[in-house]
Amino acid sequence: MNFDYNEEQQLLADSVRRFIRKDYDFESRKKIVASAEGWSEKAWGTFAEMGLLGLPFSPDYGGFGGGAVDLMSVMESFGEALVVEPYLATVGLGAQFVARAGTAAQKKRILPQVVAGKLKMAFAQTEKDARYNLAQVAATARKAGGGWQLDGGKCAVIGAPIAEMLVVSARSADAGGISLFLVEREAKGVALKPYRTVDELRAADISLEGVTVGADALLGKEGAALALIEEVVDCATALLCAEAVGAIKYANDATLEYMKTRKQFGVPIGMFQALQHRIVDMVISYEQAKSMACLACTKADAASDARERARSISAAKIKIADACRHVSQEAVQLHGAMGMTEELKVSHTFRRLTMIAQQFGDADHHLERFAKA
Amino acid sequence: MDLNYSAEELAFRDQMRAWLEANLPDDLRRKVADYGRLSKDDLMRWHRILAKAGWVAPAWPREWGGTGWNVAQRYIFEEECGYVGTPPLIPFGLTMCAAVLLRFGTEAQKKRFLPRIYNGDDFWCQGYSEPGSGSDLASLKTRAVRHEDHYVVNGQKTWTTLAHYADWIFCLVRTDPGVEKRQEGISFLLIDMKTPGISVRPLILMDGEHEVNEVFFDDVKVPVENRVHEEGKGWTVAKYLLGYERLTSGRIGASKRELAKLKEIASKQMKDGRPLIGDARFRDKVSRLEVELTALEITNLRFLDQLRGGRVPGPEVSILKIKGTEIQQALTELMMQAAGPLAQPFRPLDGAGDFDEFTAGLAPRYCNFRKTTIYAGSNEIQRNIISKAILGL
Repeated sequence: MNFDYNEEQQLLADSVRRFIRKDYDFESRKKIVASAEGWSEKAWGTFAEMGLLGLPFSPDYGGFGGGAVDLMSVMESFGEALVVEPYLATVGLGAQFVARAGTAAQKKRILPQVVAGKLKMAFAQTEKDARYNLAQVAATARKAGGGWQLDGGKCAVIGAPIAEMLVVSARSADAGGISLFLVEREAKGVALKPYRTVDELRAADISLEGVTVGADALLGKEGAALALIEEVVDCATALLCAEAVGAIKYANDATLEYMKTRKQFGVPIGMFQALQHRIVDMVISYEQAKSMACLACTKADAASDARERARSISAAKIKIADACRHVSQEAVQLHGAMGMTEELKVSHTFRRLTMIAQQFGDADHHLERFAKA
Repeated sequence: MDLNYSAEELAFRDQMRAWLEANLPDDLRRKVADYGRLSKDDLMRWHRILAKAGWVAPAWPREWGGTGWNVAQRYIFEEECGYVGTPPLIPFGLTMCAAVLLRFGTEAQKKRFLPRIYNGDDFWCQGYSEPGSGSDLASLKTRAVRHEDHYVVNGQKTWTTLAHYADWIFCLVRTDPGVEKRQEGISFLLIDMKTPGISVRPLILMDGEHEVNEVFFDDVKVPVENRVHEEGKGWTVAKYLLGYERLTSGRIGASKRELAKLKEIASKQMKDGRPLIGDARFRDKVSRLEVELTALEITNLRFLDQLRGGRVPGPEVSILKIKGTEIQQALTELMMQAAGPLAQPFRPLDGAGDFDEFTAGLAPRYCNFRKTTIYAGSNEIQRNIISKAILGL
């Protein structure tokens, strides 16, 4: 039993924190969010320099061979700072499929590019009526020529407008199962309807019409991708839990600071017991959420089987979803009307926590999965 | 990062588990599992079994009978006891009075009391709360007036758990009503319950059980040698005790056992011809509770991990108390709910014979467990502690 980061993880956490302090404070983030692109190429370059983009990938491709626990501190810091770059979409989702199921040629083509910061990815999975059911995929893949033809629609694909390469899930017309394909975002027949999400990320709905890709675009075995999707999404969910812990920490720190400085009735509002007990409950939510993020990340790395992994990570997401809602709502309430404004970072943290609570499945979804796993 | 116990800790746990399996008498195990009433004999029988094995007071210094276990081992042992379902070790002597004696007692006091506590010769109770002094303990009024070599004690204590079993009571009393800072007029006395002038009156709680009492002191003579620490320093003693050894207040092991039992009950109770546990509305409540318990267990281990460097438990133990008791209450509530209409029977009338159904104990237990968020510093007092000591408000 040991809850400390090892020396390398600690050094990494320190350097990420230094970067955030220097280059990614709230003012810098505002400028990034307001820019036409909605992300910072400079920041992405720094991620590459710091080795963050190669953290979970094999040294054969320039990475460091780490796991979810190694990414935890990065995700916590990104959560605190509300980093908007598509780090999870690229490193936690898109490239994970390549690393776990790609052929040697696919890995060699994709992963060094990702590690070097030259390729961003997104996972096009969700469909309009599928909610969080990963098995519900209606987009189709037909054998055509020597390769495949893809048709269908995807929605709320986080990072898609920024990505050069998509991983698209589609149901094989012949085999019936789900397959994954590498599709260039600019490929013919791929049309994006891009937008900003409420938490200031860039995302898109995507339509695929007669998109043709080569045989080498298939990731893993035809029709057999569901287990891989479950595995990668579980891992990404664990990382999202760590991101939530960072955002919750910020919300609590900011609220406590506000309670010590904001005066009403001649005293700091932190003197009022009605408010004290509420922030104590926020702190308890943080501790419980942090514990569950530790569980999720260690199980993402080392669960003995898929059932144990699913159960633990769903349990974590239930607690994280509840904690996200609880802390974000209380943080705004305790800030009073100031908490409602664009000016304060806490309102941005509120929005991110609100979306994290639902990303990859809300508490209800994971309650059902937890009970059935 | 590794959330699992080390190989040595696992071996220790297995050793403890096997020993408990072999040494917990069946009748006691059944009584605990069925929520039966544990008599004084039941409690002391288990106490003496552990004392004989040398494990009744793991945290004490070795010279007084402690085991020399580290914090992780002590935690594992207590959680295993909770998980297998042993009778509780009553903390008033073993944990509380002993901690005070070890820290503040004279050699003579230690020699006189500690071996008898260890062996279970004396049963202790705690004289803190008074009718007018609950959460605001420092307002206590029970008066002790010094006359040469003894104090004369007058007043009343209340909510005194198991005073009707007790041979001794440790009390906070007011020795100096004149000091400006009221905390400085309090002293800590050890009082023999057989002393003339002490009377005990039962307070029956809403589950019908006799667990707590009122204790009245009417010109009770207490030798000065029974005072622990200096006169007027009783509050220091009380505060020391508040922060002492409360890492197990989450009661994870016992709650895990109760959760398994809740699932068992909900699997046996039928709804529309199917087990209740399959009903999504009920099942989700059980799942959420299981998640809360898992989160608390890991939080507890995280705190424990921080203590291995020798740091003493701080105000974070208040988090364990708050969440642990909320979970215990929720477990009793869901069990009662699982029993549905069968939760209504309480006491058979004369000649009707005992209930066969185990479900009959669930509603009284739910009633009884409302105490957990009130006792040992109400959960609101725990929030005050966190607010002040962790958040600086």
